[in-house]
Amino acid sequence: MTAAKPDNGNKQRTIFICQGTGCISGKSLEITEALKKAVAEHGLPGVKVDFTGCHGFCEQGPVAIVEPEGIFYACVSVADVPEIVESHLRDGKPVERLFYKDPVSDEAIPYHKDIKFYNMQQRIILRNCGRLNPERIEDYIATGGYESLKKCLKEMTPEQVIEEVKRSGLRGRGGAGFPTGMKWEFCRNAPGDQKYMICNADEGDPGAFMDRSTMEGDPHTVLEGMTIAAYAMGSSEGYIYIRAEYPLAVKRVRLALKQSEEKGFLGDNIMGSDFSLHIHVKEGAGAFVCGEETALMASIEGKRGMPRSRPPFPATSGLWGKPSNINNVKSLATVPVIIAKGADWYASTGTEKSKGTCVFALTGKIANSGLIEVPMGIPLRKIIYEIGGGIPGSKKFKAVQTGGPSGGCLPESYLDQPVDYESLAAAGSMMGSGGMVVMDEETCMVDIARYFLSFTQAESCGKCVPCRIGTKQMLDILERICRGEGQPEDIDLLQQLGENIKAGSLCQLGQTAPNPVLTTLRYFRDEYEAHINEKRCPALSCVKLISFYILPDKCQGCGICLRNCPAECIAGDKRMVHVIDQEKCVRCGTCLEVCPERFGAVVKVSAEKVDVPDEPIPVTAEKPAASAT
Amino acid sequence: MTAKKQDTPSGEQEQHKQETKRILNGFSRKRLSLIPILQKVQGKLGYLPREAMTEIAEYLDIPAIDVYGVVTFYNQFRLNPPGKHSIRVCLGTACHMKGGYITLDAWKRRLGINPRETTEDREFDLDTVACVGCCTMAPVTVVDDKPEGGVEPTRVDGILLAFGYDTVTKDKDKSENK
Repeated sequence: MTAAKPDNGNKQRTIFICQGTGCISGKSLEITEALKKAVAEHGLPGVKVDFTGCHGFCEQGPVAIVEPEGIFYACVSVADVPEIVESHLRDGKPVERLFYKDPVSDEAIPYHKDIKFYNMQQRIILRNCGRLNPERIEDYIATGGYESLKKCLKEMTPEQVIEEVKRSGLRGRGGAGFPTGMKWEFCRNAPGDQKYMICNADEGDPGAFMDRSTMEGDPHTVLEGMTIAAYAMGSSEGYIYIRAEYPLAVKRVRLALKQSEEKGFLGDNIMGSDFSLHIHVKEGAGAFVCGEETALMASIEGKRGMPRSRPPFPATSGLWGKPSNINNVKSLATVPVIIAKGADWYASTGTEKSKGTCVFALTGKIANSGLIEVPMGIPLRKIIYEIGGGIPGSKKFKAVQTGGPSGGCLPESYLDQPVDYESLAAAGSMMGSGGMVVMDEETCMVDIARYFLSFTQAESCGKCVPCRIGTKQMLDILERICRGEGQPEDIDLLQQLGENIKAGSLCQLGQTAPNPVLTTLRYFRDEYEAHINEKRCPALSCVKLISFYILPDKCQGCGICLRNCPAECIAGDKRMVHVIDQEKCVRCGTCLEVCPERFGAVVKVSAEKVDVPDEPIPVTAEKPAASAT
Repeated sequence: MTAKKQDTPSGEQEQHKQETKRILNGFSRKRLSLIPILQKVQGKLGYLPREAMTEIAEYLDIPAIDVYGVVTFYNQFRLNPPGKHSIRVCLGTACHMKGGYITLDAWKRRLGINPRETTEDREFDLDTVACVGCCTMAPVTVVDDKPEGGVEPTRVDGILLAFGYDTVTKDKDKSENK
């Protein structure tokens, strides 16, 4: 690094701290306060402390970026504040020990733009997330915000707007992938004087948080997209349906609405035109099925959120029987870019049938978990091994699950498949709202199928029989298999039930709920067979099928496991080999977790018997060389 | 410590009614107000007691069963009073894979209650949540609205200790007395 001259903080610098939900839980609010205080104490006139929404790289949180250099700091804590202020902000010398370290090469990377996690992405929907202060409309306007709305109102007819969006090839990012422009056209052409524009921000998939991050990091994009959509359809009333479990997103969207109204981008006669739009925020009360459009509308009306059969489609008879249109947060966030840069520009990214980019919440057993945006058609392998940095702890990849709780689990042989609506559907999975969960060899595929089904089963609204009773039957069978009580005929029964539920359910929840079971049966049938025939869980995960043992030749009699065992089922004494009472053991794994690594005396097995004494016996094992004392 | 269905004392009932009425005044008498009303009443009272639900039904001129139907449909609403501290164990996909269910077992064991119940001293209530969107910090437990990352069984004791509940030494004493 070139020796920078101390510039005494006169140089213009802004340090942006991430204040997304992930980083806030890592104390980023406290860090911001400490930075402000320290900058004031040192009297640095050129230095500003500001915050942004989610950067997407939550794994490394709390994160901070110093502009204009673009230095990226990872895992910042309050204790690091004095050094950042004195060394970097005052003396111009970045703090090297806070640089992000590449998980593969272990190399420290100072600049944001050089980090693989970011530079392999193409950000359209998330273009502003982590780049501006989401609580200031001026920041959004400075990036060209609300220019697209102006262009629509001043230069384009509603029909032209619809045509542009149709030509761009944008498809619904909520999961179904229906062409957005066509949906708008249906609603525009439906007879009726009152039409409703609804933004679906009821992101209920476990493991998915892209809608939340978009609303927290760049709420004005969503509002602008929504206003353009309403203009295109001729709607004067809008609703944003947000999960109440996302309090920060609710707060920032409400604030954005207020600012937008004050600036005249919302309300009556927007920008001097004769187009008016009023948007209301509705907080969802926590029901997964409300992500389905007819259920969501029932919920806005104050009823139990249960789907109804279609047709009539919402475009002709939706909220209170009026023509309505529902779009996902990500679809709407894309709209201003399409208008600004043109349909052709947008359509140049992606594949023939799936245009543009898609956002994934990459989680599970992966080194760089976080929020990513990639062009449609990218192979899964690239997402997992290049952007995601691979599987941590040199474990082996087993499966990747896309599309939320009702998506399918794909094995290694599918890693070179392109990611788009059609390819994923052909493999038995789906695009869904964009959850992407990576599983390694320690994940039991039967248990994960049981887990997903237990979620969809609990969230089934109970209206139609295949979903209400069928998923319960499937879950009972899966629980039986995980307990080691499965029967050989269970596999066929699961297959048959799954296919019938898919064919017979009213809404997408039931039609997709069997996916995780059907795909794991297709790609990981051997694991089902091991559970049923050998009462063995190959991944050592199903609690009823595993046991913990303390190896007598390794135990040093230190007593750590005995003190920590919550079930008090370990017997032993100083310098005596400890013994687990298998009858009383709850298989929580605490003993394995706390046993010092240099002893490594606790093992986890399935369908195996380990030879251990019945009662504590004196320690005979030699002390491992690593222990100095 | 088990949660028991107790009748609310009549003084408290009257107070609930008055609070509910005060909140109702700010809403139109339309069906679409129902969920926002329930959210606001629960925000104030901490849960939705019977007397509040009947009050709301009367105000909106709908059968009380419709109010109860909506309350039991949505996960957000609760029918029993909350504890002083709320413990929400995340059971999202990422948390499940990193052992969220084992963490839930640890909470159940330490507090002696099941999810959706409150300890008898009304200090803690326990519940699960489908996902709080902090998947990178799994397994997550939300303690008093603050997501805590990496909550494994041993950290459960640490969190309780911070509230002044020393479950670990109690256990140790027990085993030493044996």
